[in-house]
Amino acid sequence: MAELAYREALNQALAEEMARDPRVFLMGEEVARYDGAYKVSKGLLDKFGSARVVDAPISELGFAGLGVGAAMVGLRPVIEMMTWNFAILAMDQIVNSAAKLRHMSGGQLRCPIVIRGPGGAGGRLSSQHSQALEANYAHFPGLKVVAPGTPADAKGLLKAAIRDENPTVFIEAELLYGLKGEVPEGEHVIPLGKADIKRPGNDVTLITWSRMLTAVALPAAEQLAAEGIDVEVLDLRTIKPMDEEAIAASVKKTNRVVIVEEGWGYAGFGAHVADFIQRELFDDLDAPVARVHGLDVNMGYAENLERLTLPSTARVAEAVHKVLYR
Amino acid sequence: MAASNELMLTMYRKMLLSRRFEEKAGQAYGLKKIQGFCHLYIGQEAVVVGVNEALRATDWVMTGYRDHVHPLVRGADAGMLMAELYGRDGGYSKGKGGSMHFFDIEHGFYGGYGIVGGQIPLAAGLAFASKYRNEDRVTVCSFGDAAANQGAMHETFNMAQKWKLPVLYIVENNKYGMGTDIARVSSVPDIHKRAAGWDMRGEEVDGMDVLTVYEKVKELVEWIRAGNGPVLLEARCYRFRGHSMSDAALYRTKDEVEFEKQRDPILKLRKQLLEKKIATEQQLDQIDEEEKAVVEKALAFADASPLPPDEDVWTHTLVEEGEADVRPRERVLGATDVKWPSFPTDFKVTWDLEPRTPNTENPAAKKGAA
Repeated sequence: MAELAYREALNQALAEEMARDPRVFLMGEEVARYDGAYKVSKGLLDKFGSARVVDAPISELGFAGLGVGAAMVGLRPVIEMMTWNFAILAMDQIVNSAAKLRHMSGGQLRCPIVIRGPGGAGGRLSSQHSQALEANYAHFPGLKVVAPGTPADAKGLLKAAIRDENPTVFIEAELLYGLKGEVPEGEHVIPLGKADIKRPGNDVTLITWSRMLTAVALPAAEQLAAEGIDVEVLDLRTIKPMDEEAIAASVKKTNRVVIVEEGWGYAGFGAHVADFIQRELFDDLDAPVARVHGLDVNMGYAENLERLTLPSTARVAEAVHKVLYR
Repeated sequence: MAASNELMLTMYRKMLLSRRFEEKAGQAYGLKKIQGFCHLYIGQEAVVVGVNEALRATDWVMTGYRDHVHPLVRGADAGMLMAELYGRDGGYSKGKGGSMHFFDIEHGFYGGYGIVGGQIPLAAGLAFASKYRNEDRVTVCSFGDAAANQGAMHETFNMAQKWKLPVLYIVENNKYGMGTDIARVSSVPDIHKRAAGWDMRGEEVDGMDVLTVYEKVKELVEWIRAGNGPVLLEARCYRFRGHSMSDAALYRTKDEVEFEKQRDPILKLRKQLLEKKIATEQQLDQIDEEEKAVVEKALAFADASPLPPDEDVWTHTLVEEGEADVRPRERVLGATDVKWPSFPTDFKVTWDLEPRTPNTENPAAKKGAA
């Protein structure tokens, strides 16, 4: 297995899927000649030509809608949003078109589109560029939502998303693009909707996804291991559909849960996870489910304000102590 | 290219079918058989029919929420359209779409959209796919005058013109966006003139005259098919009814409506057919009777169609593994002659969307190669 950066793993997935299927094309701002704002699409223009790697104008609503239209008639567009903050401008086409076409056509149409780009805090970018928005998209029926946290998962899940018959919101993370990890070569496809135990443990389950996995959950687990607390880290990877079986199996084992998410707590995705656990696994719990999430405020630019807003290993450790009553 | 006598009679028949369908839909709404929002096309028939007759069966069409007759004139089953309005199992979308979301893929009708202007970028996507696969097809996308003030139009026209996409945009300018005179909220109310802003071909046509619409669209579609890029055509028309069934249309005078009714496109074509002795009064009345009968049958079909089964609340949110697309006429009527589109999975993309000149070579890529 080769060691690749997260961005290289995504690049490999795109290149492999585009070579495999002429219906796949990539469109977005700066994806072609500039090689991608975050270099995810590096070299693809030279490999696949200007009709398949398309530099779009700064018109998120317009090119998202164009992608949806192309998906309605048999193509498999991958639409890159320079960040998910900008995709808010495209939300009408993602929500009112892509997510509803199959339903309102009574099953006549399908919309196999992937809309992808970085979400979450980018590092000292203030409020308009530091939003984890996956909960918004998870809210809408008709969309799948994926948020990989490692290079291997990024590759395997992007390949699965491109092959999926449904519109998929694929949320990467700016601060993960340089993260390195072992990535299987070639046909490495991870089914959507399958969580993964990134660290097995017996005392408490940390449920997380995307950047919080390597930034907070795994370091916190290591830190707690030194205290003799055996933490299991469950990476959801896909937040819609959510892998309820994997959550149930882990909760039945540890009986204690802390949910860690970068986004806001108020109506955040963790609230849905907690709701599922209290409804279906109440008798398996030895403590109320705890949550660690971004503070419910807009992100500040100053170093300390940003640090305080985001989840930290210290806050996770505190929550773990709480559910263990120690 | 002028329409043949036979085609003129077809147009007359389709305009009447559209008119009678909408009149009955309005009545059914009054009887609460149709609920929700319901936007009638009455008065604008020359646009939809003139456009449709200038297209090929393989061309694609989409529009906004005033969408009942766009699939009807392309050959959709009137009973199944009415059943969709009734929210019944026999409707094109099994009662999931209703008035504003008609779809008939078999006849190249890609929807009915309830968000003003939402279809404008989608149509560019359909046209992009045609060009990507090197298909000889034009997409026609209608929208109302008020949709021209949406940002989606600007964003889309910029791309469509830059990439020379084979799409004809038709703004059905019936003068009012709901209750607001388009001139009250537009700095350039002559919408076709805005095409110049994208270096795009923009034209206008009398949308109350089906023959003029037909001839103009015939010319434009040929021009688009030849690879010249998109066109914005402004069809000036008028809706005789309110914006929707709940609109008493108090924002315009009775005199104005009466004046416009003198320009009724169906009466105009009727006059032409009689003057040119293409048909007799009796023959034209006969056509009307036949189309009224089609609509009566459609009403009876919709009435007899059951509600969708309760378990359908769970279907068609996502495509399940291995699930096929639903072919409505096959599902509802057991039709065996359904022509469903199939798109190639293996082909070579030959379109060079942005050819490189020596001046635009990517220096970074060159460096990488060296």
